[in-house]
Amino acid sequence: MTATSLTSTQGAGRTGDKVFSGAALAAGCLILAVLFGVALFLVVQAIPALTAPADKIQGGQGFFAYIWPIVIGTLIAAVIALVIATPVAIGVALFISHFAPRRLASGLGYVVDLLAAIPSVVYGAWGAAFLAKQISPAYGWLAENMGWLPIFQGPASTTGKTILTAGIVLAVMVLPIITSLSREIFLQTPKLHEEAALALGATRWEMIKMAVLPFGRPGIISAIMLGLGRALGETMAVALVLSSGALTASLIQSGNQTIAAEIALNFPEASGIKVSTLIAAGLVLFVITLAVNMIARWVITRHKEFSGAN
Amino acid sequence: MSKRIDVKDLNVYYGDFLAVEDVSINIEAKSVTAFIGPSGCGKSTFLRTLNRMHEVIPGARVEGEVLLDGDNLYGPGVDPVTVRSQIGMVFQRPNPFPTMSIRDNVLAGVKLNNKKISKGEADVLVERSLKGANLWNEVKDRLEKPGSGLSGGQQQRLCIARAIAVEPQVILMDEPCSALDPISTLAIEDLINELKDQYTVVIVTHNMQQAARVSDKTAFFNIAGTGKPGKLIEYGDTHTIFSNPVQKATEDYVSGRFG
Repeated sequence: MTATSLTSTQGAGRTGDKVFSGAALAAGCLILAVLFGVALFLVVQAIPALTAPADKIQGGQGFFAYIWPIVIGTLIAAVIALVIATPVAIGVALFISHFAPRRLASGLGYVVDLLAAIPSVVYGAWGAAFLAKQISPAYGWLAENMGWLPIFQGPASTTGKTILTAGIVLAVMVLPIITSLSREIFLQTPKLHEEAALALGATRWEMIKMAVLPFGRPGIISAIMLGLGRALGETMAVALVLSSGALTASLIQSGNQTIAAEIALNFPEASGIKVSTLIAAGLVLFVITLAVNMIARWVITRHKEFSGAN
Repeated sequence: MSKRIDVKDLNVYYGDFLAVEDVSINIEAKSVTAFIGPSGCGKSTFLRTLNRMHEVIPGARVEGEVLLDGDNLYGPGVDPVTVRSQIGMVFQRPNPFPTMSIRDNVLAGVKLNNKKISKGEADVLVERSLKGANLWNEVKDRLEKPGSGLSGGQQQRLCIARAIAVEPQVILMDEPCSALDPISTLAIEDLINELKDQYTVVIVTHNMQQAARVSDKTAFFNIAGTGKPGKLIEYGDTHTIFSNPVQKATEDYVSGRFG
């Protein structure tokens, strides 16, 4: 009988394991290192602007006075984008996953994915050259008929290059992200739960409300957050579409600015304290995105007990 | 609150494939009817045609009639949604809605079709349904907890409570105990015995002892070979099917000689 020792030193089969776990660990560390490096860079470079006397900062009123209008502008544009894109995206995703005949569904899914592949500068050019012109009469109408709402206060921009137009362009850009993620989530709804709803006498829509949407809720939130990340950080489309200016409540006048576009438009000619100011603006954007993601995670875990994962 | 089912010359197709051929069967109200037979013989498929759940599968269709107290389920203008609200179903694996509490699971079917129900009525209904499913004592202190936190057997009884909360005429059970341990199985079987006082129960089972224990009548389905349609071989009193069947195939199956 040949001795088959349990403590065999022939680790030939283990080499693969070791290499793989090493590679995985390295990849994980690399992500953390990059994230830390970026954060460190932002903080170090931003310190001069944060500590500089108020009159040295652009506008002469200090960093806070400089940053908060464009923070609000960024949030307005992102919120407009999400308010428009989320219902449409979920609708399209549901149509693809649960209503469309199979052949149409795969074609439509392909087209939606294609939307994500269009470069943002193209969206920006389309928004500036086409959408803004087409949509400006609608702004005139809004100013005339709903001008009593601060957000639709006139006089409306005649060029249509407003924060609302920028928001609409952003909505088109985040639409494919939210749609394709939601569609994947909806397709993963367990057949058992769908059948449970149908067997109780649910219509198709009731089945979706009862089984598909609650099951997909964490996924939908994640999808929206990814879309929000893109909307917050999108530079080119906003820079091209928006005729920027001071913060204003009206969405249909020119004015407002987003952080990303502000940085992109000013960075090439900036020097000294101005560079530092722009980097500090970037740090603020970073913090906003981080906060949004953490809130989203918190919302998801709050309902973990009911997630179906247990 | 229970109706009889009469099936006349029913063929079930998946696309062009004939899955179940020419079944005629009369299922009495307020009785338990068991469908037995080897895997793939079409008994689950046939069960699903009794509340049109087979239509969930693309390409599935039927020819023939299923009469619920004389009304054809496949008649023109009959809405499958209405059919399913009258003929409830319990599935092989317990499937309470994971995103809902125990209470909401029971009320899930009742709240459909925009029906409004007051909190007091809902409380009464939840208690009655859970008692009807022999689950009340185990869950009455945690009605707001998720249904997915219960054991498999409790989950299955929760699904039965959910099905009887809408007060159906018939309850279909598709191997309701196949994922459960023997004690939970016994609890479900006891429950089936009580359910037949009020409901017509049809159960598909792989477990012949179970069929013998719970059912009044038994239908034996069989299949001649792969790719051939399933057929109803013999249908009669459970006692007769298990002790003195007419068909040789039935006798072979119930005595464990094949299948």
